[in-house]
Amino acid sequence: MALLDKHKILERNVTLLAIFAFLVVSIGGIVQIAPLFWLENTIEDVEGMRPYSPLELTGRDIYVREGCYLCHSQMIRPMRDEVERYGHYSLAAESQYDHPFQWGSKRAGPDLARVGGRYSDDWHVDHLMDPQSVVPESLMPKYSFLANRMIDGEYVGDLLKTHRIVGVPYSDEMIENASLDFAVQVDPFGDYDDMLERYPGAQVRNFDAQPGISEMDALIAYLQMLGTLVDFSTFTPVASR
Amino acid sequence: MAKPPKKTQEDPSTTGHQWDGIQEFDNPMPRWWLWTFYVTIVWAIGYSIAYPAWPGIKSATTGLLGWSTRANVEADIARVNATNDAINTRLASADLGSIATDPELSGYATSAGSAVFKTWCAQCHGSGAAGAVGYPNLLDNDWLWGGDIESIHTTIAHGIRNEDDPDARYSEMPAFGDILERDEIDQVVNYVMSLSETPQDATQVAAGETVFMDNCAVCHMEDGTGDREQGAPNLTDAIWLYGGDYDTLKATVEYSRFGVMPPWTERLTAAQIAAVASYVHQLGGGE
Repeated sequence: MALLDKHKILERNVTLLAIFAFLVVSIGGIVQIAPLFWLENTIEDVEGMRPYSPLELTGRDIYVREGCYLCHSQMIRPMRDEVERYGHYSLAAESQYDHPFQWGSKRAGPDLARVGGRYSDDWHVDHLMDPQSVVPESLMPKYSFLANRMIDGEYVGDLLKTHRIVGVPYSDEMIENASLDFAVQVDPFGDYDDMLERYPGAQVRNFDAQPGISEMDALIAYLQMLGTLVDFSTFTPVASR
Repeated sequence: MAKPPKKTQEDPSTTGHQWDGIQEFDNPMPRWWLWTFYVTIVWAIGYSIAYPAWPGIKSATTGLLGWSTRANVEADIARVNATNDAINTRLASADLGSIATDPELSGYATSAGSAVFKTWCAQCHGSGAAGAVGYPNLLDNDWLWGGDIESIHTTIAHGIRNEDDPDARYSEMPAFGDILERDEIDQVVNYVMSLSETPQDATQVAAGETVFMDNCAVCHMEDGTGDREQGAPNLTDAIWLYGGDYDTLKATVEYSRFGVMPPWTERLTAAQIAAVASYVHQLGGGE
């Protein structure tokens, strides 16, 4: 029992205690977390996932800024009732470019993981302006000010760069053209072919039907993209994952 | 340093730790606690064998029970689909008009349609189907594109004024702000108001009638009762989709309206569409 008696040394030296406590916690953390980075069944490469377009990423920032995640989750759990209501259960890969992820933990409002394409842009405008006008029993606050806050996307390249630092594969070309791509996504008459090549499946529309690019445009562009990137008619998730 | 208290005969031995003269009795753990602790260890070992747990080089152990969330939800969905398969097939192939006369089919269609409605339709038409400004009320007798079950079914299946379905119902009211003079718009708005309610300015009504006959009657009919073939609303029934006050009607005439509805053929099964059509039809306004 000589070794066990040595705990007195740790108990009497706060620095040593901190070092050894850190070691113990690290070992526990490594055992639990590290395998997730190499196990094949936790890393799923899913066709269709791409980094968010500059406008979508800006909309996502607005989503985070307004705290939408406090009432809306973005995580359809693999249960029949959720799949029937919201669509195919969420895959980990669908959050792979989310920093931070928006899974949320509370559903005062419905899950938004697959809200893209579910409603028209007009509905989103009506609903964000005055949620009770379309859903009388809704307890969502009004976000009409978003339509009046114009944004120009001048610095959106920096936002992309920041996301690249944390691992989102934005290419130099994407960052270089960020401001252009940002503007062209709300211009159906613009030259958006290059943007679509960089961000396949991006939707090009004047989302809020008002002139100029407002935060409303960006947020609706983000919402209309949510859950639409993976095509489940061609992709079948492996059951063992 | 204070003197330690005198030990009595009954006191158990101490752990030997001493802090500022305070000593700790070396009492054994309560048995129930100790055994619970041992049981949790045994349970954890068994659990990690039965369920996916231990990480390896490429994959983790799958567990003896072969448990998988994804497989479970697939199986659960397949089980329910198999249960409803017979009646869903019947519903999908049934003649729409005959659903209401078949108690089993109509009972199932109404319940299933109610679930579909609350999931997919309620956000615009309201959870009670009473609609909202710009989104039609489905409870009343006023139908833009027809209220018999076949028409409702077509509307649900293909939607209205969308780009996704070539069979979508389509019509477009011109924006008369570019076509008519301002006073003509004023006149026709007053005329339209006079069809169901009190016009804002009764002296304009007669002139408005002329404007209406020249510009509007081709779709809304000479008597203003509309035309379901092209989704032209009945203007005489005091039921308004966007509002029947002067300002709203003026905006409607000047800029027109373009309400859309998505097609549901791709998202819902044939049985689900038949069910929700049947549900909407029995809400009260069905013809």
